[in-house]
Amino acid sequence: MSTLPGRARAVVIGAGIVGNSVAYHLHQQGWSDLALIDKGPFPNPGGSTGHASNFIFPVDHSKEMTALTADSVRQYRELEVFTQSGGIEVARTEERMQELRRRMSSALSWGVGGVSLVTPAEINEMVPFVDESILVGGFYTEGVGVVDSLRAGTLMRERAQAAGALTALANTEVLGIDVEGGRVTRVHTTRGEIEAEIVVIACGVWSPRIARMAGASIPLTPAVHQMIDVGPVPRFADAKSHIEYPIVRDMDTNMYERQDGAGLEIGSYAHRPILHDPEEIPSVEEAALSPTEFPFTQGDFEQQMEHALELCPEIVGDESVGVKYAINGLLSLTPDGMPILGETPEVKNLWSVAAVWVKEGPGVGRSVAEWMTHGESEIDLHSSDIARFWYHQKTRAHGRARAAEGFNKTYGIVHPGEQWASNRDVRLPPFHSRQVELGATFFEAAGWERPHWYESNADLVEEYGDRIIRREAEWDARWWSPIINAEHLAMRDGAGIVDLSAFTIFDIAGPGALAAVQRTAMRQMDVPVGRVVYTPVLSPGGGFKADLTIMRLGDDLFRVVTGGAHGPADRKWFSDRLPEDGSAQLTDVTSGWTTLGLWGPQARTILEGLTRDDVSNEDFRFGTCRTIELDTLRVLASRISYVGDLGWELYVPIDEGRRLWDMVYEEGRPHGLVPVGIGVYGTTGRLEKCYRAFAFELESEYDVVEAGMAWGKVKEQDFVGRDAHLRQREQDPAAILCTLTVDDHTSKSGVKRYMLGREPILALDGGRLVDRKGRGSYVTSAGAGPSIGKHILMAYLPSEQAVAGERLLVEYLGERYPVTVAVADSTPLFDPENTRIRS
Amino acid sequence: MPLNILCCVKRVPMTGGRIVLTADEGAIETRHLGFTISPHEECGVEEAVRIVEAHGGSSTVLTLGPPEAEEQLRDAMALGIDRAILLQADAELDGGATAAAILEAIEAERAAGTEYDLIFFGNESADAGNYQVGIRVAHALGRPCVTGLKAIAVEDGAVRCEQEVAGGRDVYRVPLPAVVTVKEGLNLPRYPSVPGRMRAKRKPLETRPVAAAAAGVEKVRLAVPAGEGKQAQILGHGPDAAPAVVEVLRSVGVL
Amino acid sequence: MAVLVLVEHAGGRADDVSQQAATLARGYAQAAGEPLQAVLFGPDAGAAAQSMGTLGATAAYVVVHERLTAYAPQAWGRAIAELVETHAPSAVIAPGSERATEAMAHAAAFADLPLAANCVDAVPGDAAAVTRLRWGGSLLEQARVHGRTKLLTAAPHAVEAAAASAPSETVVTEFTPELEDADLVVQVVERAQTDAGGGVSLADARVVVSAGRGAGSAEGFAPVEALAAALGGAVGCSRAVTIAGWRPHTDQVGQTGTKIAPEIYIPCGISGATQHMAGCKGAKRILAINTDPEAPIVANADYAVIGDLHEVLPAITAEIEKARAG
Repeated sequence: MSTLPGRARAVVIGAGIVGNSVAYHLHQQGWSDLALIDKGPFPNPGGSTGHASNFIFPVDHSKEMTALTADSVRQYRELEVFTQSGGIEVARTEERMQELRRRMSSALSWGVGGVSLVTPAEINEMVPFVDESILVGGFYTEGVGVVDSLRAGTLMRERAQAAGALTALANTEVLGIDVEGGRVTRVHTTRGEIEAEIVVIACGVWSPRIARMAGASIPLTPAVHQMIDVGPVPRFADAKSHIEYPIVRDMDTNMYERQDGAGLEIGSYAHRPILHDPEEIPSVEEAALSPTEFPFTQGDFEQQMEHALELCPEIVGDESVGVKYAINGLLSLTPDGMPILGETPEVKNLWSVAAVWVKEGPGVGRSVAEWMTHGESEIDLHSSDIARFWYHQKTRAHGRARAAEGFNKTYGIVHPGEQWASNRDVRLPPFHSRQVELGATFFEAAGWERPHWYESNADLVEEYGDRIIRREAEWDARWWSPIINAEHLAMRDGAGIVDLSAFTIFDIAGPGALAAVQRTAMRQMDVPVGRVVYTPVLSPGGGFKADLTIMRLGDDLFRVVTGGAHGPADRKWFSDRLPEDGSAQLTDVTSGWTTLGLWGPQARTILEGLTRDDVSNEDFRFGTCRTIELDTLRVLASRISYVGDLGWELYVPIDEGRRLWDMVYEEGRPHGLVPVGIGVYGTTGRLEKCYRAFAFELESEYDVVEAGMAWGKVKEQDFVGRDAHLRQREQDPAAILCTLTVDDHTSKSGVKRYMLGREPILALDGGRLVDRKGRGSYVTSAGAGPSIGKHILMAYLPSEQAVAGERLLVEYLGERYPVTVAVADSTPLFDPENTRIRS
Repeated sequence: MPLNILCCVKRVPMTGGRIVLTADEGAIETRHLGFTISPHEECGVEEAVRIVEAHGGSSTVLTLGPPEAEEQLRDAMALGIDRAILLQADAELDGGATAAAILEAIEAERAAGTEYDLIFFGNESADAGNYQVGIRVAHALGRPCVTGLKAIAVEDGAVRCEQEVAGGRDVYRVPLPAVVTVKEGLNLPRYPSVPGRMRAKRKPLETRPVAAAAAGVEKVRLAVPAGEGKQAQILGHGPDAAPAVVEVLRSVGVL
Repeated sequence: MAVLVLVEHAGGRADDVSQQAATLARGYAQAAGEPLQAVLFGPDAGAAAQSMGTLGATAAYVVVHERLTAYAPQAWGRAIAELVETHAPSAVIAPGSERATEAMAHAAAFADLPLAANCVDAVPGDAAAVTRLRWGGSLLEQARVHGRTKLLTAAPHAVEAAAASAPSETVVTEFTPELEDADLVVQVVERAQTDAGGGVSLADARVVVSAGRGAGSAEGFAPVEALAAALGGAVGCSRAVTIAGWRPHTDQVGQTGTKIAPEIYIPCGISGATQHMAGCKGAKRILAINTDPEAPIVANADYAVIGDLHEVLPAITAEIEKARAG
């Protein structure tokens, strides 16, 4: 048996599919002196890998998840543990059929081939034990398969061991993790101590418990997935392998049925959410089966038996077929359904690789190993970054609330705009009550309640009449209102007041502050005090890590303003790159300041009514900021715009926020000011101006040149990603971010349809558009452009197609619509000269 | 001849490799454990179902336990038992009190017109192992009781019973009505089918409260026996260990 | 008052478990300051009764009845209950064998007294303080036994049998119970031989080789059978194996299977759940073969080989053959 090494470069805790994969890929990246430990035995230490159903459906609406899954399948195939079976997601309802058509589009967007819609008869032909009479149709994926995840993990571990890079120890429980000066130093185990440079937590449902030993937080919630195995099935008596029929996902009942040898495995995500506590999972010895296989609760499965009987009456209704195995298996859920990856914000060199399912395990292992080695991974992992959580999102209560709500969405039809219902009203701006009075419909961002539109503006819809495009189809109009477009036009005509409280704001101060922001920001930060700089923040490889604005408030003081959702990750990015000598400090002032946007042709008039300070165009130029007095308040006004109109962002201490709102609102009303929601700020306003958004257009897989943002010359000072950026400037971009407009919205049924985003952009012959780096074209953002009277799409197109006037197609819910490239750079569709914002 | 069969079962936890006690040492910590019908009685259920399948009649399953024991009653009904009686008691009763409660239920059944020809018990429960409930009930009913059975055959108003003893099987033949206690190995119980489970949900289940009774054998506390603290001598890994194993076999004197 | 001990006998002497029970009973009697008296059944009990002095019994009651020719549990119970009634002993202690336990349960029912089965320790008192086995010995219960006469059985192999330091004179008396017809309804009518195969019985084997889920299938027992054959031992298995239908229940070692007591027990691919351990506590030595060095079975073993049974067992069998050939 191996003995515990006294020290290791990295200690990976957890030998499920994830831990083995991370260890293996670190070795592939050239690491040695690795240790992998688990408190359970090899090859099945008793975590979720050991009881996973082990099948993989490659198509997901999330690009990130699809990419991780595709990479995992490639690895499983290479390890020869993948058995392709095909799989069918079946629909019992028309609504589900539409969702399956949407899945077809996602497959096209992310380049997953071998997919087709199938008829009930075709389903029965492939899976003869299914009663097709209750089905409307299905979505067949040829590449669905079953893996042996325990074997895969074992092979990866053994390869790293054979190379001498890894020591692996079973039955070694972690008792504590030492942290000194904010960094991990040591892991205490039942076999002794290991000095560790880096510690990786890949402990599945136990991860929160292990993280807490180091003072970090991994907000995952163990939840039950019910599974039964019935058999022996007469039809499968001669089955030669463990999987010979396509796997069936009965989407409308949140269940799946699959042949497994002579048995049929039936799984469910339909039951009530059954949540557990990471602290209370039994030990290997204490558990009757394994620590993550809990006793089956029959009462939660009653309805599911009936559903299974409906779909597979021949097998499930057979009196000779018995329920041979039934468990409540534990799996990991997170507040937003995505994994939890990356270095913890609390402790340096402590990494989380948690809430990862078998289908994405090896891909995650590779990506995290790349990230640990190079500071970024080939697959953009921003949706999975552990740093994405705001403080309250890491609480047990929030995790459980969202896990409970998200569980039944596992096979659900989740609208892209769908909002969470649980644990709302956590972060409220000081003028929230005013917004409630105005009939705001709130959407959530990082826990903030943000008005998306205001019912008080409903009359404007009538007023603007035909200029507002109504949406006839319920799906298109879900989580949407024509009032958004009315607010947009009213802002363009008069003025709008926009709640921007959700901004994440942090100050970087000290003698080293300039050096710190220079190092992270792509644009020149050595600017006069009072300048506001909009800048990309690049990854080492020159992709987008963030885009944000930085105000220089003093020689040694910079204020960084970024979006709410990605704020915590951006804060960590900056914080990690502060000077080693402590000459600059980062202070999060998000909860100290509240922000209101005031934009529109009347913005200056309104401001002038409130201040004696000079806010003229001559004195208060675009791209500058200063403190002004508005009546009795001192306000930091920053003259920039994300909606393409004249105006300011107004910052006040949060306790003065409501006063500011009332002041601006009352002063503005006679000038046509309306409250404007995020529907305008985040979509219509910016799309008309071709402004890009992080996580939509801007992500690490695309660079500044491709995004059409490589204006001006590159600053001389070094910054993260500079070398890569210089290289990218030398090359012809493989793809260029274009803005397109839809030429005809009419579907076959005559109903006009409006794309919502993530749909594939196709050539006129229907072929996928793929750039020379292999990236397919898809809609990064979609929304109305009320001022130009068009529905606007953004998409990266291969440079050959990135030509204004190019005619292409967009596929939406199974139908194709003609589109035209409006601009092939960042020139705005509305006010292309930018006269408004600079007036 | 159709038979009316009563099958008495006990709900017990499915323990793993290590038993953990509650803080007051009064019971096994079952927070993470599932429950099952005690193994001997699982075979009793299977036998009862088979007899009714072969001879006609009806079967009733009875347990004494907490409200959650309904789960085990439904399990039994999923296997083919027709109806269930739950004698609801919050605390564990000793052998004498358990027998008294079951007897009372049987008498109530009799008063309601149901007379059982054959009553099944497990030879002993997996947890308490009192070895007496079936016998006490038989006594009170004035019926013969054969224990520890590995084979049962109903023939002409009598039941032929086989008991495993060293070197063979002792055979008994007793007239019905009778009480039998059985052991695992009597048969290989079937798995419930999904239709069986669905039917079980709708089968009748009657609950009767059981009053607490003074215990003749009064539990004070439980304890997990101290391990012998053995530290196994590792003879080796894989096939290479074979010579060392042979050495041990020789030293023990079995070679 | 006295303490009675039920003694089962063969060949004119008390059997092992009865000697153990008598040892427990003698301690109990001494603590209570009472004499120990033996109860024996059967027409051939005379010789054994004479030897009761070595167990410390001052008197022996031999139960005889013209109709009591074969084992009849209810009749035995009636006899014990009558002795309780007529002699009012402070306790009756019986070995925890199948028969004696059954007879004691009948006695308890007749006498309407509590019965505590499988005691490993007993201290007299107004309520006797006993420690008894639960879960086949995986758990101990401390209990207070009430009743004017305490009825107990002694867990087999829990107390080491010891002869009395000073053998006593034993007064042997015949005792004839008043039996009713009903007491004789349950009687052995026939003895069926089952071990026609001539194999070694699991309970008596000197070597037992078992396998659990790790065998993988019914066919996976081939190397287990080969090793058992090479050692002249018996094949055993875990409960998981019988439930899966790979082996008959007669091969099952465990709380609800066979309790074994070999010189050496070789469990392969068996994790060591409490249910299984309850069946192999009697093994003198355990040599576990398991892929998991931390499996509970290894913690309870004297020797262990870490590895897969499909690789390890054939190697051992080959090594044995080699040793024999050499």
